Amino acid sequence: MSELHLLSTQQLITGLQDQQFSSLELTEHYIKRIDALDSKINSFITHTSETARAQAQAADEMRAQGDKRPLLGVPMAHKDIFCTQGVLTTCGSKMLHNFVSPYDATIVTNIARAGMISLGKLNMDEFAMGSDNSSSYYGTVQNPWNLERVPGGSSGGSASAVAAGFIPVATASDTGGSIRQPASFCGLTGIKPTYGRVSRFGMIAYASSLDQAGSLGRSAKDCAYLLQPMVGHDPRDATCIKYDIPDYVQDINDAEAQAGDKPFAGLRIGIAKEYFGKGLNAEVDKVVRAALHKYEELGATIVEVNITDPEITLATYYMLAPAEASSNLSRFDGVRFGYRCENPKDLIDLYTRSRSEGFGPEVQRRILMGTYALSAGYFDAYYIKAQKVRRLIIKDFDDAFANCDVIASPTAPTAAYKLSDNLDPATMYLGDVYTIGVNLAGLPALSQPVGLTSEGLPVGLQLIGQHWQESQLLTTAHLFQQHTDHHLQHSAIAKETV
Amino acid sequence: MNTATDNSTVHENTVRPEALRSELLVDGYEVVIGIEVHCQLNTDSKIFSSAPIDFGHEPNTQASIVDLGLPGVLPVLNSGVVERALKFGMGVDAELGLFNTFDRKNYFYPDLPKGYQITQMANPIVGRGHIDVVVNEGDNNEYPKRMGITRAHLEEDAGKSVHDAVDGMTGVDLNRAGTPLIEIVSEPDMRSAHEALAYIKAIHQLVTWLGISDAIMAEGSFRCDCNVSIRKPGTPLGTRTELKNLNSFRNIERAINREIERQIDIIEEGGKVVQATMLYDPEQDETRAMRSKEEANDYRYFPDPDLLPVRIEQHTVDTIRATMPELPVARRARLEIELELSEYDARILTGSRQLADYFEAVVSEVGQQHAKIAANWVMGDLLGALNKDDKDITTSPISAKQLAGMLKRLFDDTLSGKLAKKAFSALYEREFGDAEDAADQIIEAKGLKQETDTGAIKAIVEDVIANNEAMVEEYRGGKEKAFNGLVGQVMKASRGSANPQQVNQILKELLG
Repeated sequence: MSELHLLSTQQLITGLQDQQFSSLELTEHYIKRIDALDSKINSFITHTSETARAQAQAADEMRAQGDKRPLLGVPMAHKDIFCTQGVLTTCGSKMLHNFVSPYDATIVTNIARAGMISLGKLNMDEFAMGSDNSSSYYGTVQNPWNLERVPGGSSGGSASAVAAGFIPVATASDTGGSIRQPASFCGLTGIKPTYGRVSRFGMIAYASSLDQAGSLGRSAKDCAYLLQPMVGHDPRDATCIKYDIPDYVQDINDAEAQAGDKPFAGLRIGIAKEYFGKGLNAEVDKVVRAALHKYEELGATIVEVNITDPEITLATYYMLAPAEASSNLSRFDGVRFGYRCENPKDLIDLYTRSRSEGFGPEVQRRILMGTYALSAGYFDAYYIKAQKVRRLIIKDFDDAFANCDVIASPTAPTAAYKLSDNLDPATMYLGDVYTIGVNLAGLPALSQPVGLTSEGLPVGLQLIGQHWQESQLLTTAHLFQQHTDHHLQHSAIAKETV
Repeated sequence: MNTATDNSTVHENTVRPEALRSELLVDGYEVVIGIEVHCQLNTDSKIFSSAPIDFGHEPNTQASIVDLGLPGVLPVLNSGVVERALKFGMGVDAELGLFNTFDRKNYFYPDLPKGYQITQMANPIVGRGHIDVVVNEGDNNEYPKRMGITRAHLEEDAGKSVHDAVDGMTGVDLNRAGTPLIEIVSEPDMRSAHEALAYIKAIHQLVTWLGISDAIMAEGSFRCDCNVSIRKPGTPLGTRTELKNLNSFRNIERAINREIERQIDIIEEGGKVVQATMLYDPEQDETRAMRSKEEANDYRYFPDPDLLPVRIEQHTVDTIRATMPELPVARRARLEIELELSEYDARILTGSRQLADYFEAVVSEVGQQHAKIAANWVMGDLLGALNKDDKDITTSPISAKQLAGMLKRLFDDTLSGKLAKKAFSALYEREFGDAEDAADQIIEAKGLKQETDTGAIKAIVEDVIANNEAMVEEYRGGKEKAFNGLVGQVMKASRGSANPQQVNQILKELLG
């Protein structure tokens, strides 16, 4: 059974249904791998192996009694940004090193209700701020493809754990590319749904108007399986909208059944020169273009579109996201929960030292930037101006979608880099250059693996869809994956048996 | 969006010139007052969570994870607050904010769990409006005045720091956190403590009249901040100070007057008033600076990204308007015109919606022609008794039907005025409980029926004349007063039941 962790979610479901293996066996297999190998990559902050075993046993019993929920007994794990009742929820920060949530995030409840088993909480950049998982209080995460490389951020733990074969799928969150960029670096498929598609209740806020939860897996279909229980209106989140919910897996299956030799006939893929300009690594460029050529071979038409200059988009993002963050993170003040400094001498000292000692440098940097942007005298010049530019970015996307069905681009300008490259913050922010426009516009987008660099590092292709069109993105990526095998390549760690 | 660091009342240069009344000058200074009222809306649950808002519970038992500001929680607007705020807007004839948004006001304080308060800065739900009041500056000096309302907006209340419960520590009670408030900001239209009081009382009356707030000052569900400044007439506005959290009508008046005196003293001594937040100390009867405005926070207002803009449809406005009660001013006018009551009576009887309803229920039973006497009974006997017992019309032991039942007996001469007082007392003591015909039962049981039988009265009068020779002599000798003594004897002999007019008439006849 050493190959269990290389099976797709579809295969796991079938295997459980056909009693080729039990949920408990499956769970034990993953736990064994995590115990043996996670010391190499540091993808988990908290293990919940004991409750996972109990849940797996219960799932097996329910299945024996006729419970037909497809995901019943399938393991997964949550990014540590999602609150889990009775389980440590740290958000990758010393500030929450002792925070045991008294409640479950809505998606945690929904996934548990679907019968899935959580193996623990996954490492992440502190408060989801970062592009390489180096800002976690719990240490950096290594890329399972190459242990000297970063896994991407902020869902680096989620991506690494899936790429290492510790879990088939993981939850993740994306404020400026934090699902797609790690998916790209770790050779996975990851989807960030439309803003408002997935409840943010119980997801610790970084930038409320940009944050959105999504799923990571080895294939588009794996992502679809995990995304399904996550989506839908939540009365506890005013921004989580009532909208028709498709059956993502069914849509994929239907599309596959209908597809001929040219599955993408009629599909117009928009390419923006703004996303293939300076700063794009030549090898990444080459791999991405080859993938686009493959799409063309399979029937797609490539059209040129224009979208907002990524540098403007980047500046807008790094004005708005820190502004919201500076306010969202005010509640971490040492008064009610989380880290509190020792022997504060007065109230101001309590606040100042708790926050200085509890937050890491990247978080402090963004709080300061955001506080500045919102302060009297600068508000109009920065925050208001950025909101206006945001409207223009949304309009540029709308205009582009008048001429194409999806927009394609590299997910990140480079493949996974070395942590020792020690990028300065401004350079690191450039890693989000192709992903953040999507968050500003609230659009759905997906990253899929489309090949390797000469160093054997995965490269991702980003597909951006129109609002509510996750199904189209998943189907498009899936049909591509039916004709290619990039998503079937395995990381070094995934190939290790224990 | 405005980025001012303070959303307080005074807008420079908006003072209307016609507001000046020279008799209100204090030592030659004109007083300018603007008022912020924080009024708690009486929803079942909090403004952004489903936790209850009941007063007086153990600390932190009325707070949900949303009110505690735990990581990951989100606010969801309680639609009940929108409806109530719109009612208020209609009550002050204001422009309604049909597109209104929520903003965050960021500052750190232990009783502010999220590190920001959700409020409405840029697009409030209620815009410019006004309220008409009657100002009482003492006996025979009452005048009407229209007070401007700048805006009213929704916001959440903060929690409470508790300084004495834990030794050497400060506790935080978040029961109040997230309680829905409407903050009502006036124009700086008030020119005296009495004008301020008249305004505050009118707002208090209106919110309870509309049924949108319990407005209990002692429980903090109706709180006032008064911005006070002084100036020589015709000169620009002076520096204002803000009197915070005044918790009774009496303290509002006293605090404003003390603050006016303090400011005049400073200026007369050649000093300058410093902009500051003041607290009123009722024990010492003085105002003291709490903090100076120089230390004020930069609140970094910005739109709350967790809450969508509230777009109010016209049909929602129409539906709410259809359910609006007749407002106090209109009702007062109607009582004056339809029932021919005096302005004073009409004002007293519209002191609360419940009182007005009570009074009109009585009138509808006894008929409009008796409105004046019904008014006297409600205002005099009933309110007097209720007042003495610290009750109000909502806890009256006599129902409107019961009072009307008694008045009917007065009007059909079954009761005399004097007997009616007895019947009223018995009704007030609820001797016949809730019975609608309690007055009739009391008359029957106590024998209060007025004697109108001429023969029977004549017999008593004859008896009295026979037994009071001295008095009869006096009367016949020209002492008119003696007549009253004889009437008294007849009434006494009849145990108060004889009809006084008949007694007078028969007595006169028999005495010749």
